Amino acid sequence: MNRIRMHMLVCGGTGCVSCDSTEVKDALVREIMEHGLENEVQVTITGCFGFCEKGPIVKVYPDNVFYVRVSPDDAKILVGEHVIKGRVVEKLLYGDTPSDIPFYKKQMRIALRNCGLIDPEKIEDYISVDGYEALGRVLTGMTPQQVIGVIKGSGLGGRGGGGFPTGLKWELTAKAAGDKKYVICNADEGDPGAFMDRSILEGDPHSILEAMAIAGYAVGADEGVVYIRAEYPLAVERLQKAINQAEAFGLLGDHILGSDFSFRVGINLGAGAFVCGEETSLMNSVQGGRGEPRIKPPFPSETGLWSKPTSINNVETFANICPIILNGAEWFSGIGTEKSKGTKVFALAGKINNVGLVEVPMGMRLGDIIYSIGGGVRGGKSFKAVQTGGPSGGCIPASMLDISIDYESLSETGSMMGSGGMIVMDEDDCMVNIAKFYLEFTVDESCGKCTPCRIGNRRMHEILSRITKGGGTLDDLEQLKDLGEIIKICSLCGLGQTAPNPVLSTLHHFYDEYEAHIVDKRCPAGACTELLRYTIIAEKCIGCTLCARSCPVPCISGERKKVHDIIQEKCIKCGICYKKCPVDAIERK
Amino acid sequence: MPLDASAISPELDIFIDSLDSRDGVLMPVLHKAQELYGYLPVTVQNHIAERLKIPAAKVFGVVTFYSFFCTAPKGKFKVSVCMGTACFVRDAQAVLERFKSQLGIGAGEVSGDMMFSLDALRCVGACGLAPVVSVNGKVYGRVAPDDVEGIVEEYLVKGGQNDERHKD
Repeated sequence: MNRIRMHMLVCGGTGCVSCDSTEVKDALVREIMEHGLENEVQVTITGCFGFCEKGPIVKVYPDNVFYVRVSPDDAKILVGEHVIKGRVVEKLLYGDTPSDIPFYKKQMRIALRNCGLIDPEKIEDYISVDGYEALGRVLTGMTPQQVIGVIKGSGLGGRGGGGFPTGLKWELTAKAAGDKKYVICNADEGDPGAFMDRSILEGDPHSILEAMAIAGYAVGADEGVVYIRAEYPLAVERLQKAINQAEAFGLLGDHILGSDFSFRVGINLGAGAFVCGEETSLMNSVQGGRGEPRIKPPFPSETGLWSKPTSINNVETFANICPIILNGAEWFSGIGTEKSKGTKVFALAGKINNVGLVEVPMGMRLGDIIYSIGGGVRGGKSFKAVQTGGPSGGCIPASMLDISIDYESLSETGSMMGSGGMIVMDEDDCMVNIAKFYLEFTVDESCGKCTPCRIGNRRMHEILSRITKGGGTLDDLEQLKDLGEIIKICSLCGLGQTAPNPVLSTLHHFYDEYEAHIVDKRCPAGACTELLRYTIIAEKCIGCTLCARSCPVPCISGERKKVHDIIQEKCIKCGICYKKCPVDAIERK
Repeated sequence: MPLDASAISPELDIFIDSLDSRDGVLMPVLHKAQELYGYLPVTVQNHIAERLKIPAAKVFGVVTFYSFFCTAPKGKFKVSVCMGTACFVRDAQAVLERFKSQLGIGAGEVSGDMMFSLDALRCVGACGLAPVVSVNGKVYGRVAPDDVEGIVEEYLVKGGQNDERHKD
């Protein structure tokens, strides 16, 4: 038998693969073969390490060394120096040991426990980290009621955004009458800027299958469906491989582990409709129809997929199930706040230094996530807001960085937990423009079933467009509020009920920015081009004519070595002169 | 290039026949058909309706509901500019605008020579690399407007060199 003395783990998440991590792996393997070390050093592709900003990432065990931004050309030096001579390659280091890296220091990984640790394409790797032990324990020593009792006792809430108690959902489905029941995993992660579900499915697909089987046993279902975005090809591929392996090992299929319990899982691909993340729309889509929501009640636990009782949970929710079964309800409920238990995964993105996936205990201070873990705002700019909850959420201003991250506190700010996207914005981001961006998204994605959502959001978008072009009035702001409230009350599903949130929350926290657009015809962030005004500062202008020669209109006049002037009526506000000026003599306001 | 009924490959029928039931199979069949033809023209939609014994109106209703399905052919090189929030705040709009002017087409359009099509996409989940552009599935990260010309050039050269069909 070969004795592997060293493991090199290369990140195989979508972010790193896009930066050629597959080529890095191939180069490392080639280099190792060249030195005849293939029997003692193993190179493995793993799931996402979370630190996407510094990808591609290579981690070396047992030395516990963390290399960042590795390119295929670095393979030679990594093998020559680290593998052969035992000398750490300083230039590729981020910190001394991974536990010292601030990005990881305050994290607590439960849902992401195996991401970046195991090869997601090998069931043996998963089994070696206690994989399928929870399923074994459930099938051999627990009744369905006991399983539900443990999940209820843990206080786990739905991680898709609503936070509905998972145990209660299972209990309702278990109690519903019916011979056929379903378990659905909602992997239709459509919230732009959120990628935690994708990373879990790519990095640890078996943990989801195991949890779905446990859910099936608890509610009395023999069939599971994973509804996943077609835009996530790598996750689909790895999940399908995992299903095939689990079936071959007898961990999915008939009479699992010799018990009377049978459970199969199939994959259904989405087709790019955000509304299908809503549970009843998703079920209509699985049934081969348009993804329009149904009226609730009846709830899916009674009348779900094919009108049968159905328990539907999000990917991250499922990722928490096995550790809860193995470690007990008290262990899990001991983490987090009084009402929000456990951890939450967030996708940090936008104008932040450390873009990536982070998992923290509920109740952490928002500012700690952004500054201690996220490394603060990029390029020394000042923090303006953080958007949570995607198109259903809102913007939280700098004055509220002290709030605790849990379901209740986030709702109080007018935002919400949502699936866990956290987009950081700086002084250059215009809040009116951001609200408009989100509304454009919901207008596009509204299924059209409810009039307030279909038409109301469109009207709100028109008003916002007008404001960003300088044609807004103060009455418009009142109308935005009215419309927003009506759409929230009168829409059938979560999409419509939350669509106005980005507008209402920015109106609440950044009213002065809206006012500036309307009253002063000015965009304080300088993002709304039609409100910009470029002028030449006479004292600074050296008359080099560079601006006049670059102007595409042209609208800049002036003789060589004399002060230039911009004819405002002709200016198209392209900003080229502003960028070209060698002495910063052009002012943008 | 309209597809006539005779051009419908037997592969689609083989796929339909391989399915266990007729319930809820419309989406997988449409995914398969789009994989085979690159888009879903009316002739293909009608054929699917007939084979699954459902109204053509239902097929059309489903096809047009989902943005992933398209009823018009795409270019040989499918350029997608991510307009997810993370990319948006890192100025993806400017990148999209540059592609529009460089290719001379709008988002959702295809160039006259069928070489390029341009789409605005919602989040590929590579937010660490924002702003992101993908061409036939190859991802370009941290794209600046000035990189656009080079990317287009790269595919113009490829387009001239070989003529193999590119699929997703």
